[in-house]
Amino acid sequence: MSDVLGSPTVPPDASDSLAVLEKQRSTAETFGIPLAVLLEITHRCPLQCPYCSNPVELDRSGKELTTEEWKKVLSELAEIGVLQVHFSGGEPTARKDLVELVKHASDVGLYTNLITSAVLLTRERLSELADAGLCHVQISFQGVEEAPADRVAGYRGGHRKKLEVAKWTRELDLPLTVNAVMHRQNLHQLPDIIQMSIDLDADRLEVANVQYYGWALKNRAALMPTVAQLDECTRIVEEARERLKGRLSIDYVVPDYYALRPKKCMGGWGRQFFNISPAGKVLPCHAAESITGLDFESVRSNHSIAWIWQNSDAFNRYRGTGWMKEPCKSCEFREIDFGGCRCQAFALTGDAANTDPACALSPLHETIFKQAEREAEGETNRFLYRNFAGGTLESENGA
Amino acid sequence: MAGPRHISVSEASRPVLPRHAKLKYDETRKVWVILAPERVLAPDEIAVEVLQLCNGERSVGDVSDQLAAKYAAPREAILTDVIAMLQDLADKGFLTEAREKTS
Repeated sequence: MSDVLGSPTVPPDASDSLAVLEKQRSTAETFGIPLAVLLEITHRCPLQCPYCSNPVELDRSGKELTTEEWKKVLSELAEIGVLQVHFSGGEPTARKDLVELVKHASDVGLYTNLITSAVLLTRERLSELADAGLCHVQISFQGVEEAPADRVAGYRGGHRKKLEVAKWTRELDLPLTVNAVMHRQNLHQLPDIIQMSIDLDADRLEVANVQYYGWALKNRAALMPTVAQLDECTRIVEEARERLKGRLSIDYVVPDYYALRPKKCMGGWGRQFFNISPAGKVLPCHAAESITGLDFESVRSNHSIAWIWQNSDAFNRYRGTGWMKEPCKSCEFREIDFGGCRCQAFALTGDAANTDPACALSPLHETIFKQAEREAEGETNRFLYRNFAGGTLESENGA
Repeated sequence: MAGPRHISVSEASRPVLPRHAKLKYDETRKVWVILAPERVLAPDEIAVEVLQLCNGERSVGDVSDQLAAKYAAPREAILTDVIAMLQDLADKGFLTEAREKTS
């Protein structure tokens, strides 16, 4: 627009009057405060999904920040320049004070997103959340058919409830994202999941293949898709994106085991993302506590969140490229993928400073790929369900 | 339920940002932003000016009249640009139209 009106300043990308801010800032060297922050306000959850992204060592409710502590965090985040917060968990609606927290976030000017399993919500509570200023609802689905979806979640009646809450969400005029976590045992349902998203009047669908850390790593043999399954999945997503342009936007995450280049995890450690755990730890990634030997600062410490982001040892340990060893150190892609995922490097090699084995240049890539391929072809389908007891193995008859 | 999804912006449209897209001045970064689900858009100055005028009551034609007067620029060119920018926003799902008033 600037050509006609002679705008005095050139926009960041002159060809696009509505550029996406994150994309332009992603190359920033300053590690400015992230635009969005993930708040895992509790680890409590009625579901027991075997691929849960929470750490295996869950925070018990007694360790959770209080309502006043979370409100203080929200005010501080808004003050230092965070624009959006995602209320997540565990199951965020398991906290009785969620409406109060959403209200406070809205009052201090934050854009609020709820990432929920939906099973604990009533229509009345959802309506209260909307009135409190909630801007967006993201509901996880385990599949499209009731019995298999409830089996994955380890929660009977869950799928039916999710469909109901999705309907209420749209009735309250809240935008809806369907978050479908995909793995070997439900990938065949993908076309139906896309159709379900349309039927539920969602504007976004996240097709998120399981990432194999924590609980998911324990369940890898039961979840890992085959290469053929994944290729088919990619084809279906590409076809649907084209067909549904302007109707449903689809975000797509593949499991990095089958890639040649590792993913730029979290946009690079400590570059554009942090999350806060139920107990108030400020973390470079929601799985970061799985890396032993790192000391994470808490919002309960004497330090400000901005100080923790900029100066704490845990954030600086793997920031940039200075910490790298070979083959990362001299690699031409080191500023592109930052050596992949530190949590995965730690989980699979025992040293977070090693190259993520998802990278073809990692000496372990071939071994791990072959193992994953064997697991994908295998017969192990039993889940280890996620819970505070360290996991419970699914019974032989699948209950 | 929400209104129709496919919005075609024309001179007669009376668009407005939906509740899930918020125009806000970011004090920290000193830029205007549109906050949307999982996205932060950075509208340029003119887009900001257009969106501030889009209150669900003014038509795209009215908005173009105002901008043409303010910048002493040809109205037709402005109208074309305003429609293109708003259509882009609508295609991304971040624009709605005021319903017809039934008095």
